[in-house]
Amino acid sequence: MRASRVVSHVLLAAVALAFLYPLIFAVATALKPPGETFGSPGALVGSEVRWRNFADVFTYVPFERYIGNGVLVAGAGTLVVLAASALSAYAFAALRWRGRDGIFLVFLATMMVPQEVLVVPMFLLMQAFGWVDSYQALVFPWAFTAFGAFLLRQFFKSVPGELREAARLDGAGELRVFLRVMLPLARPALGVLAVFTFIGYWNSFLWPLIMINDVNARGTVPLGLQLFFGQNGNQWHLVMAASVISILPTLLLLIALQKHLVKGIATAGLAGR
Amino acid sequence: MKRPVRPRTTEQWSALGFVTPSVLGLGLFTLFPVGMAVVMSFFQWPMLGTREFVGLDNFRYLLGEDPDFLTALRNTFVFTGLYVPLNILLALGLAFWIHRSRWANLWRVLFFVPAITPMVANAVIWKLLLQAVGGEPNLLADGRTALLAVVAMSVWQGFGYNMIVFSAAVNEMSPSVLEAASLDGATGLRRLVSVQLPLISPALFFAATMTMINALQVFTQPYILTAGGPGNATETLVMNVYQAGFESRDLGLAAAGAWLLFAIILGVTAVQFVGQKRWVHYES
Repeated sequence: MRASRVVSHVLLAAVALAFLYPLIFAVATALKPPGETFGSPGALVGSEVRWRNFADVFTYVPFERYIGNGVLVAGAGTLVVLAASALSAYAFAALRWRGRDGIFLVFLATMMVPQEVLVVPMFLLMQAFGWVDSYQALVFPWAFTAFGAFLLRQFFKSVPGELREAARLDGAGELRVFLRVMLPLARPALGVLAVFTFIGYWNSFLWPLIMINDVNARGTVPLGLQLFFGQNGNQWHLVMAASVISILPTLLLLIALQKHLVKGIATAGLAGR
Repeated sequence: MKRPVRPRTTEQWSALGFVTPSVLGLGLFTLFPVGMAVVMSFFQWPMLGTREFVGLDNFRYLLGEDPDFLTALRNTFVFTGLYVPLNILLALGLAFWIHRSRWANLWRVLFFVPAITPMVANAVIWKLLLQAVGGEPNLLADGRTALLAVVAMSVWQGFGYNMIVFSAAVNEMSPSVLEAASLDGATGLRRLVSVQLPLISPALFFAATMTMINALQVFTQPYILTAGGPGNATETLVMNVYQAGFESRDLGLAAAGAWLLFAIILGVTAVQFVGQKRWVHYES
C-alpha cells in the first residue's frame, strides 16, 4: 500500500513536471544568450545564465509603462467592481423593497450576454464619450458586473438578520450597518472577488486590443507583450523574458491566494463565473 | 415574530441608493449596448461614413456569401467539441488522482498556474515552444494540425480551473453514501460510475456548461498562435466578429455575427439545461 502511494506520487510529480514544461522552457530560454534557443536541442541551460535579458526587455519597449498601466487599470477596475457589487448585493440580500426580485432577475440575465455582443456597440459608446484610447474605457465598461453582486449577495444572505437588527436598534442607519457590520463579515468573499477581478482586468486582451491605439502610452501588459512579440519575434530570449515578466504578478497573486484557492473557486465558481 | 416596525418608505429609498450605481452601470454598459447591437445588426454601419438600413442582409451575407463565416463556425464547433471533453476528462481524472494525496493543495495550485497567467503570454510561449520542438513545418503551420495545436494549448491553459471545481466536489462527497456503497460491494469502476460521478454531477454539469460557453467564445489563443491561419484553418467566430468590426470596419456585420454566436451559445446552454434532468442529481 505504501509503495503504491510512493509510485503514485512519483508519477504525479512527473505529470506535473511535463505539464509545467512550457513555463520551464520559457524561464530557461529567457536566461539564454541570444541565438542559443535552437543551439543545443533539449538543453535548458545555455552557455551562460544571462539575467541581463530581463533588463534588456525594458530598453526595447517601455515595459514598465505596460506594468504601471496594468496595475492602474486593474486596481481601479477592482475598486469600482467591489464598491458597486457590495452596495447592490446589500440591497438584494438585506433590504425589502419593491422591484427587488424583478431587478435581480435582470441582473442575472445580463450575465448571459457574451462580451463579443457588447464590444461593437461599446466601441460606439466610447466614441460618443470621447473615451477611445483612454484608461476610463478600459476600466468602466466592464466594472458593473452582475457576477460580483450575485456572489456577495449569497454571502450577505448567510449573515443572521439579528446582527443587522441589533445594529439598527442601536440607531445605526443602513449605510452604517452596511459599512460596520456587513462589510467586515464579508471580507473573505470580497477578497476572492478582488483577486479574480484584478486578474481578469490584468489578463484582458480583446477589449484593450480594440480600444487602445497608442500601446506605448496606455497599453496594458498583454497588449505590450503582443506588440513586443510582433516586433522582435525572432529575439526569442527577449520574448520569453517579456512573457515571464508578464506572468510574474499573477503568479505572486496565486501564491498569496493558494490557501483560499479551492474554497474561493468553489464559492465563486459554483455561483456562476 | 414580527420584525420591528420600520417605515417602509425609508427602506425603499435606501435600497434605491444602494442599487443605483450598479443599475446605472449595467443599464449603460450592458443593456443599452445589447439593444444597440440588435439595431446595428440590421444596418450597414461603417465605422466612418453613412449608415443604411438593410434588413436581414448582414445575416444573409454571413450565412451565405461570406467565405469565412461558415468556416469560422465549423472551426469553433470542432474546437469546442474537442476542447470541452478533453478539458473535463483531464480535470476529472486529476481531481480523483490527487484526492487522497497529502499534498493535494500543492498539486491543485501547480495545475492551476496557466489558468491564472495571461493568456497572451501562455500563447506566445507555446508558439515559440512548438517552433523549437516541432520541426518543419511545425504543427501551427500545417492546416491539418493547427487547430489541434490550438486545442492542446487551450486545454493545457484551461483545465486547472475545472480541476479545482471537481476537487472541491470530490472532497464533499458524502462519506455515508460512499460507505454504504462499499458495504454493498461497489468497487473500482462500478463505484466511480454509479456512486461517485452521480455525487459530483452538479459540479460536472456546472463545469461542462461554463466550459462550453467559454469555448464557443475562443479568441486569444488562435489570434496569437496562428492569427486564424494557415489560410483560415483556425479562424473562430469571435475572430470573425473582430475582423468584420475592427479590421473591415463593418460594425453592422460584426453585430450580426455576434448575435449569431449569442444565439448558438443560448441554444447550446438550453440543450444542456434540458438534458441535465437525465443525469444531474441534486441532493435534496
